[in-house]
Amino acid sequence: MTLATPLLEADSITLGYGNSGPVLADFGLALNAGEIVTILGPSGVGKSSLIRVLAGLQRPSAGRVAVAGSAIEGVHPRVAIAFQNPGLLPWLTLERNVGFGLSFKRQPRLAADDRRVRIETAIRRVGLEHARHRLPAELSGGMAQRAALARCLARQPQVLLLDEPFGALDEITRADMQRLLLTVVRDFRTATVLVTHDIDEALLLSDRIVLLGGAPARQLAQWKIELPQPRDDSVAELGRIRIDIVQALHKAVVRHH
Amino acid sequence: MSEVAGGIATTNATHRRQPAERGTLLGRLLTARFVQGFAGIGAIVLVWWIATALLAPEGGLAARFAPGATFESLLVLLASSDLPLHIGVSLKRILVGLALALAIGVPLGLIVGLNKTVEAATSPAFQFLRMISPLSWMPIAVMLLGVGDYPIYFLLTFAAVWPILLNTAAGVRHLDPAWLTLSKSLCATPWENLIHVVIPGVVGHVLTGVRLAIGILWIVLVPCEMLGVSAGLGYMVLDTRDRLAYSELMAMVIVIGFLGFLLDAAARALHRRWLPGSSA
Repeated sequence: MTLATPLLEADSITLGYGNSGPVLADFGLALNAGEIVTILGPSGVGKSSLIRVLAGLQRPSAGRVAVAGSAIEGVHPRVAIAFQNPGLLPWLTLERNVGFGLSFKRQPRLAADDRRVRIETAIRRVGLEHARHRLPAELSGGMAQRAALARCLARQPQVLLLDEPFGALDEITRADMQRLLLTVVRDFRTATVLVTHDIDEALLLSDRIVLLGGAPARQLAQWKIELPQPRDDSVAELGRIRIDIVQALHKAVVRHH
Repeated sequence: MSEVAGGIATTNATHRRQPAERGTLLGRLLTARFVQGFAGIGAIVLVWWIATALLAPEGGLAARFAPGATFESLLVLLASSDLPLHIGVSLKRILVGLALALAIGVPLGLIVGLNKTVEAATSPAFQFLRMISPLSWMPIAVMLLGVGDYPIYFLLTFAAVWPILLNTAAGVRHLDPAWLTLSKSLCATPWENLIHVVIPGVVGHVLTGVRLAIGILWIVLVPCEMLGVSAGLGYMVLDTRDRLAYSELMAMVIVIGFLGFLLDAAARALHRRWLPGSSA
């Protein structure tokens, strides 16, 4: 096995606002193609800020983020991000929302036909073919989140950053979307960072789980899960890691408050 | 304004609550509203009639403004006169004023809304200019632009530009931060951000501005047309007065009210059509 350059690399990231101390200190992370890393941590610990830094939406006070080996100064066309708030544009149909931005000047050039295929495939993958001409106001919360995910998929990103994208979904759709994420990551070898509250989701999807905690927040612990996909949460090893994570998370919450 | 907005909100709420019964319920509501509205207009005509026919002294001037004579004149004016021509001239002036106000107000509003420094620099000046009655510019406009359509266009534009400008700027400030984050994360250029997010995002506010502007335009138009022009509704009011055709003068007042009513209804319909189910 050769050691390739990580697709996404964060190096001693520190993030602070104004004169108060940093909220995030000396954080490092490296993801290879096709890897899923989940960030767990007490709420308010700075997980969303971290995702914004990784996306280039926010400059860190110190440290560097690199995509495919080169440091980024701002947002990167091959990095896609999805938030808990789907952020669909209310004046565009679902189809146009999914294709939004594909023809922007700084995005990779695509022929009109390719663009159509990308949009079509992404909509089919999230199971919204029947709703493609609807406006966001006519979609349920879950459908809107799936549409936001489809918008990320249509871009075929190298790096996918997901900030609790399945938060508002019902159990069954959530399981569907988790399976979808796994296929997408397998097919496109996307390096994926997932922020979630849900330990079971983390256990089912991740190659690694990073626990963020403390003030300023830093990496408290890391678990590597080397079980094949798709996983079944009845596997004994997952149960052991689960207990480990719950205990560590509990300690982190106590320390956070 | 608040009354009108309240009315729209109530009908929308009814829509949402009773989707299954919408047809019949809305039908009943509409009928009820229609009947009530009609009764209100009837009451005004009744008061008008009492004031001009019963209370006024016999054979006095007031009797010449009575409803009967007015509607008679109205029919005559509609059937055989230049009235449609004058209406056309007035509506054209409204459209030109509105178009100019949009052409100036929307870009300026975008700049003011997007740039905090510009906003801080212009806000007191705009509030000051906005509060000057457009009609007080009238003599100056005539002196500088001469008589004719140009001073009217100037005054109408000046009156209509503020609601459009200020609403556009407010629209930019109320853009959903999630949309701006989205376009940033898609590496949008400033131009792409403007075309694909900012402008479509402020349409609702611009339309609110247009609706306010139409109300102001219509009010400012009539006195503007009393300035040395030879056509238009304001001109007709003075002309009927000078010809001592008092029932025609009253008929013109009715026409002006009715057209204003239609214009506002059109503006409201436009707003609803572009923003179905929105709260803007």
